[in-house]
Amino acid sequence: MTKTFIKALLVASSVISIASVAHADDVTLTIESWRNDDTGVWQQKIIPAFEKANPGIKVVFAAAAPTEYNAALNAKLAAGSAGDLITCRPFDASLELYKKGYLTSVNDIKGMDNFGDVAKAAWQTDDGKTTFCVPMASVIHGFIYNEDAFKDLKLTPPKTHDEFMADLKKIKDDGTYTPLAMGTKDQWEAATMGYENIGPDYWHGEEGRKALIAGKAKLTDPEFVEPFKVLKEWAPYMGDGYQAQAYPDSQNMFTLGRAAIYPAGSWEIATFEKQAQFKMGAFPPPLPKAGDTCYISDQPDHALGMNAKTKHPEEAKKFLEWVASKDFAELYGNALPGFFPLTKEKVELQDPLAKEFLSWRETCKPTIRMTYQILSRGTPNLENELWVASANVINGTETPEAAAKKLQDGLASWYGPQKANK
Amino acid sequence: MATLDTIDMADLDAQATARPRRWHIAVFLAPAVLIYTVVMILPLVETLWLSLLRVDPKTNTSFFAGLVNFQTLFGDPRWSASFWNALRNNVWFFIINMVVQNPIGVALAALLSVPTLKGRAFYRTAIFLPTILSFVIVGFIWKLILSPLWGVAPSLLKSVGLRHLFHPWLGMADSALTTVSLISVWQFIGIPMMLIYAALLSIPDEVLEAAEIDGITGWSQFWKIKLPLILPTIGIISILTFVGNFNAFDLIYVTQGALAGPNFSTDILGTFLYRTFFGYQLQLGDPNMGAAIATVMFAIILVGVCIYLFGVQRRLRRYQF
Amino acid sequence: MSRARFSLPRSAAMHAALILYTIIAVAPVLLIIINSFKDRRAIFSHPLALPGPKSFSLVGYQAVFSQGSFLTYFENSLIVTVVSIALVLLFGAMAAFALSEYRFRGNTLMGLYLALGIMIPIRLGTIAILKLMVATHLVDTLTALILVYTAQGLPLAIFILSEFMHGVSDDLKNAGRIDGLSEYRIFFRLVLPLIRPAMATVAVFTMIPIWNDLWFPLILAPSEATKTVTLGAQMFLGQFVTNWNAVLSALSLAILPVLILYLIFSRQLIRGITSGAVK
Repeated sequence: MTKTFIKALLVASSVISIASVAHADDVTLTIESWRNDDTGVWQQKIIPAFEKANPGIKVVFAAAAPTEYNAALNAKLAAGSAGDLITCRPFDASLELYKKGYLTSVNDIKGMDNFGDVAKAAWQTDDGKTTFCVPMASVIHGFIYNEDAFKDLKLTPPKTHDEFMADLKKIKDDGTYTPLAMGTKDQWEAATMGYENIGPDYWHGEEGRKALIAGKAKLTDPEFVEPFKVLKEWAPYMGDGYQAQAYPDSQNMFTLGRAAIYPAGSWEIATFEKQAQFKMGAFPPPLPKAGDTCYISDQPDHALGMNAKTKHPEEAKKFLEWVASKDFAELYGNALPGFFPLTKEKVELQDPLAKEFLSWRETCKPTIRMTYQILSRGTPNLENELWVASANVINGTETPEAAAKKLQDGLASWYGPQKANK
Repeated sequence: MATLDTIDMADLDAQATARPRRWHIAVFLAPAVLIYTVVMILPLVETLWLSLLRVDPKTNTSFFAGLVNFQTLFGDPRWSASFWNALRNNVWFFIINMVVQNPIGVALAALLSVPTLKGRAFYRTAIFLPTILSFVIVGFIWKLILSPLWGVAPSLLKSVGLRHLFHPWLGMADSALTTVSLISVWQFIGIPMMLIYAALLSIPDEVLEAAEIDGITGWSQFWKIKLPLILPTIGIISILTFVGNFNAFDLIYVTQGALAGPNFSTDILGTFLYRTFFGYQLQLGDPNMGAAIATVMFAIILVGVCIYLFGVQRRLRRYQF
Repeated sequence: MSRARFSLPRSAAMHAALILYTIIAVAPVLLIIINSFKDRRAIFSHPLALPGPKSFSLVGYQAVFSQGSFLTYFENSLIVTVVSIALVLLFGAMAAFALSEYRFRGNTLMGLYLALGIMIPIRLGTIAILKLMVATHLVDTLTALILVYTAQGLPLAIFILSEFMHGVSDDLKNAGRIDGLSEYRIFFRLVLPLIRPAMATVAVFTMIPIWNDLWFPLILAPSEATKTVTLGAQMFLGQFVTNWNAVLSALSLAILPVLILYLIFSRQLIRGITSGAVK
């Protein structure tokens, strides 16, 4: 009895698996991505637009959880079962994939000259000769604040560090709102929306970053230690028990109106606008001193590449050409406010908050996160170490100087140009 | 082979003068061994072999590197610091599990096996509930409960006037590991409970009745009669706890992330391995070093299991009923 | 039947202890289920409150059912889990019987070999397993998952079952042999029924890691038609946004089938014990 039962189940499962084979007529392209939340937008706005213009090609947006994406994608690529189009993480993660032969060059995709060098740099070989993913969007960092709360407390968006700290103090003294919606449990916010958000103002954006890469500056220099000191000053203004406050907690804290200021990346815009019931504004990272040049972190976030082993290279190329076009840029930028297209052409954005963030590209000098290019290739991994260090500094378990020293020692232990700076 | 057969009862049946081949052994073993070897062992061997290789970054080809990976793991100060940190945390994780999970599991099973207990099925199902939950659910529930923001925990403690006892345990380096270990205990207590329960139930009534006739009841019945009879099961549970804890990964991954914060205080061998083997965020996977860590983990577990099998198991008496 | 005196204080103490632990075990889960029926604001402002008329909301469940074909996911999880348990129990019991019953050269070695699998996480072999599945055209099939989970569950099952099989009386088995029963008959008719409690226990906790596994469905069978419930539920865990309502609802829904499977198997446990074979 059990044996027939088992046989029946095995037959059933193979029937189901046969049924999942797609139609042979239309070509179906599969996109691998970690952007789970965007699935709805892709299915309702982006894919239909492409399919209308390209009959005979169907597109499936297959997102995995972001924490598993890298590992799962690598496994699938190694075994040859990955999708046709791959969403590329910036810099080394995708460079590795290209070096291993999993991604193709996109140099001759029509429209690649729509992108500036900085945009392409995130998805290029070190010598700049081959680009292997078509840039899709960048994210900008700043601070989102509760406009209603600010009006209540008669505050204006701060321009300098001193104004910022004064505002925080006023909010805390008033007691209705928690000044800063941020915690250290997940660690990455402390690095990404903390250190790398305000840092560029201190190390002067690209200047400082490139000096680090060349070995002319070190992480223990004052311009790299100052941001840690500032982060430490934030601690008393974060929520009670912030050490166990995770990223979704911070988001909820802000959108439920319990906190006044949220150190943000522009990707939050779409969600916040859906969830918050109050007006929101944004301001760029406060300057160290009035009159300083302002810098913002304008980080290329994701791009689209082609699986070298795809069975439908022609169709995949068509999709990539579409991604490089102005039409796509406008569609994408407006469907997903907070993700800014990287094309050189001007794109009209509707969302006011997104427009605010984007305007900083004109008034401030953009730079990218300093750990992303080259500096995180070795062990210990500088980006991961920065997460831990930033969280420790805010928690008070490491002094800013000690944290910076640890990072510098780690970097110098494997990175050639920094070895002399031990 | 010949000596064994002289006492093999099956032979009494055999008409032929030649001993029949015991095909049935092979038949019984074949399906399990086949699936197990092809789907589990061979892929794992392939991975462990990786620990002896390294990849030449210039040509992207693998070459045999002998024990270089192991030398790096134990010799390089950074790698070895991470490794010993992970090992130390893992040992603490195991200690908490052994000391808290198993005694409570045994106690619950003992209570459940009392014949006059009413509502036994209800208790059994209820207490086993956490064990059937996925790590995602468990991590989520406890992060929510222990969250300082809308924590259920702070308000519960406030209602008994103990609000000051509350701390963001999951976010503090000295309490995070113990907290996660206790969450793991909460999740898995059902397993020792079930196994011991099954073992207690297999003790025939005659043995218990004989004990009662001799006047041994209640507590002393448990200590003198039941406990010695279930020692083999307790042995199994201990070794399962050992293996499970030294392979643990998912719970820490879900509650603390792959970086096992704060400050690597919850980093155990499993998370260390995952980060190294598969990479994390910007850190690229290094399958060779990862495989080396996996090999060391395997060795640790093997040693522990051998100690158990040859030191403890042999000494346990098994009773047949 | 035990003739020990029934004492009220002692019984009350036992129940108190059990109730206390039951609360510890169940309350957190109830919290999730209760909150899955509330809207987002209510979840975070009053997590302990029952969903009242203002806060009651099915928005989570709506999102869950509209976002993916959850019925298909359930079906897939069910098929994979049930078939894997069946294979693990059948093959595992057979192997355990061979190891515990017969003395042959290599018995200990075979036991150790099969026990190796308990000690190593099968995830380490992922790439090689995936290559194997690609080569045999089993990617995106439930068969791939079944094979992996069977291989994963066999070592522990064999380890535990052989332990319990040692406790089955030799006299019984030899009596069967004298009566002319084949080894297979002895296995199926005599031994298996006696270790039903152990089989049920093994079934219960083989089933749990299979049902709750996220990793292998993600790598081996991520297509829409073969997704499992856990993989489907994970869809809602976004990179930066967590759709709390949908997550809570999806998780609550995911608990239900496992609970039912568990209840079925624990019934078997009881039946096996009360029908007590040996006497």
